[in-house]
Amino acid sequence: MTDTAAGSEAGGAAAEDARGRVLHATGADGAATAAPVIRTRDLTKRYRGGQLAVDGLDLTVPTGSVFGFLGPNGSGKTTTIRMLMGLIDPTSGTAEVLGRPMPEATRTVLPEVGALIEGPALYGFLNGRDNLLRYDRADPTADPSTRRARVGTALERVGLAAASGKKAKAYSLGMKQRLGLAAALLRPRRLLVLDEPTNGLDPQGMREIRLLVRELAAEGTTVFLSSHLLDEIEQVCTHAAVMARGRLIVQGPVADLAARARGRLAVTTPDPGDAARILEEHGITGLSTDGDRLTADAPPAAVDLADLNAALVGGGVRVRFFGVERGSLEEAFVALTGEGFDVAG
Amino acid sequence: MSQAERALLSDPQGSRNPLWTLGLLRSEITTLLRRHRTYALLAVLAAVPVLIGIAIRIETGGGGGGEGGPDGGAGPAFLAQVTNNGFFLVFAALAATLPVFLPMAVGVVAGDAIAGEANSGTLRYLLVAPAGRTRLLLVKYASVLVFCLVATLVVAVSALAVGALLFPVGDVTTISGTRIGFGEGLARAALTALVVAVSLTGFAAIGMFVSTLTGSGIGAMAATVGLLITVQILDSIPQLSGVHPYLFAHYWMSFADVLREPVYWDDLSKNFQLQGLYVAVFGSAAWARFTAKDITA
Repeated sequence: MTDTAAGSEAGGAAAEDARGRVLHATGADGAATAAPVIRTRDLTKRYRGGQLAVDGLDLTVPTGSVFGFLGPNGSGKTTTIRMLMGLIDPTSGTAEVLGRPMPEATRTVLPEVGALIEGPALYGFLNGRDNLLRYDRADPTADPSTRRARVGTALERVGLAAASGKKAKAYSLGMKQRLGLAAALLRPRRLLVLDEPTNGLDPQGMREIRLLVRELAAEGTTVFLSSHLLDEIEQVCTHAAVMARGRLIVQGPVADLAARARGRLAVTTPDPGDAARILEEHGITGLSTDGDRLTADAPPAAVDLADLNAALVGGGVRVRFFGVERGSLEEAFVALTGEGFDVAG
Repeated sequence: MSQAERALLSDPQGSRNPLWTLGLLRSEITTLLRRHRTYALLAVLAAVPVLIGIAIRIETGGGGGGEGGPDGGAGPAFLAQVTNNGFFLVFAALAATLPVFLPMAVGVVAGDAIAGEANSGTLRYLLVAPAGRTRLLLVKYASVLVFCLVATLVVAVSALAVGALLFPVGDVTTISGTRIGFGEGLARAALTALVVAVSLTGFAAIGMFVSTLTGSGIGAMAATVGLLITVQILDSIPQLSGVHPYLFAHYWMSFADVLREPVYWDDLSKNFQLQGLYVAVFGSAAWARFTAKDITA
């Protein structure tokens, strides 16, 4: 219990810090960039059972970004997405998508939003093409005269053109996922919301999705991508937010987030004892030794790594490897959520 | 923000096609008609007149064209007349299917309408398309009504075909004893099918309401059909005659009054009013529930 309290306190402080920075950033270039594509204020959802799924979420997704939405299973990501899409009414707080309030403005907002929510859902007894035709007919603003052409284009875009005549129940999970993506791409969209888009895909499929996301982003579509695969986020996203236990822990540009996980100074040497002593003398902290490998907190920017290396060598330490290993988003994530990928109770 | 709004307004595709609801309805109906389940239901309904026709044929064929069974009045209505005029098989088949088979088929389709989509997850994609909750509910109900009519017509047409095949057909003697031409008889049969289809609208509305309550298609179907059986049992208990006029199935058999000369409208109009009441009450309940519901499936 005390453990958890300490953890969330630390998380809270981090969030405060991040929020301040993000606000500052929007303040700085707010005039230059358009209004955010998604903006929530104190968005909260408490389910009827009393479970607090989303707790006071202040999320800002800048226009044109590829926004990674991270969090362990059960952290409230999908509930948030459903509130943004008007499927669930928030208990309190507000959500704006494309500058309009949700769920009130669903009919004007959603035609410009493509969504893949919690995996694809298809009519098994219809073939791939007819599934897309049905979803397109459900859109009141879709032009019926271009319907077939748009469906064909979407199928080609996700690589399903050859299998479009097959019944959807015969599709593999990866093909279903592609068809779900195609449904989100039936029209040019200003915002794409993709909830776990690479689920069920093989590595080749994952790479194709990443390419597709980059391509769409280059066309000017804002992509809101939820995932628990950190390297996926790190590879394609410009911005990210991290949720845990229904709360937003941090949000900002991916580079900043990764930088928050400070790198580790790593030294490989047959003389770890001497190396540790010398590094300690130079004010390096957090030393730990594992065989001939020595790691420590990265030195402050004022310290030149070359000087440090020279000191080691000057002290008679034989250095095989010396350098700072950059922090990954995963380390930042684990540090922030304090619980890795465990399912929140 | 103003930029976003301007972009939205200037978007040529942003304008709503006024006829899209019809497109959605067409999509709904063709989707319904492409399910094997729909055909299984219709096949069962089409088989009922065949069974009745063959049974009557076998029974009377041996007896040398006797007047039906020993006590023709106690069995389902119109059976006795079928041997003389195959045309009456239409009415016999409707009388046989209306208490259970027809509403059961409607209950399956109506119960599955929303719950089935929720169950398969397709509901969330229809709603983010965005189909609109009220429109989707209306379109779903309209397609269930179309199914009511199609199901009734399947029974009637199958009965007419079997009747014409197995028995002589000719001028029709009405319940009032007068004779009308075969052509007019056919018109009355068509009217009867329409009346039977309208009789099912109240029950269909109940099915839609049940369908908005659950995320399980099977559960909604079972609940709807269970409700039907319960009401039929209640309607057959004489001690409960006080509530009978309010049971949606109570005036169902009034369709026979179409075959009177002139048509006797009293019970028919009571039936229509009752169905209207059920549609209004359960339609509103379904709307209130569906438009306020959190879609978590």
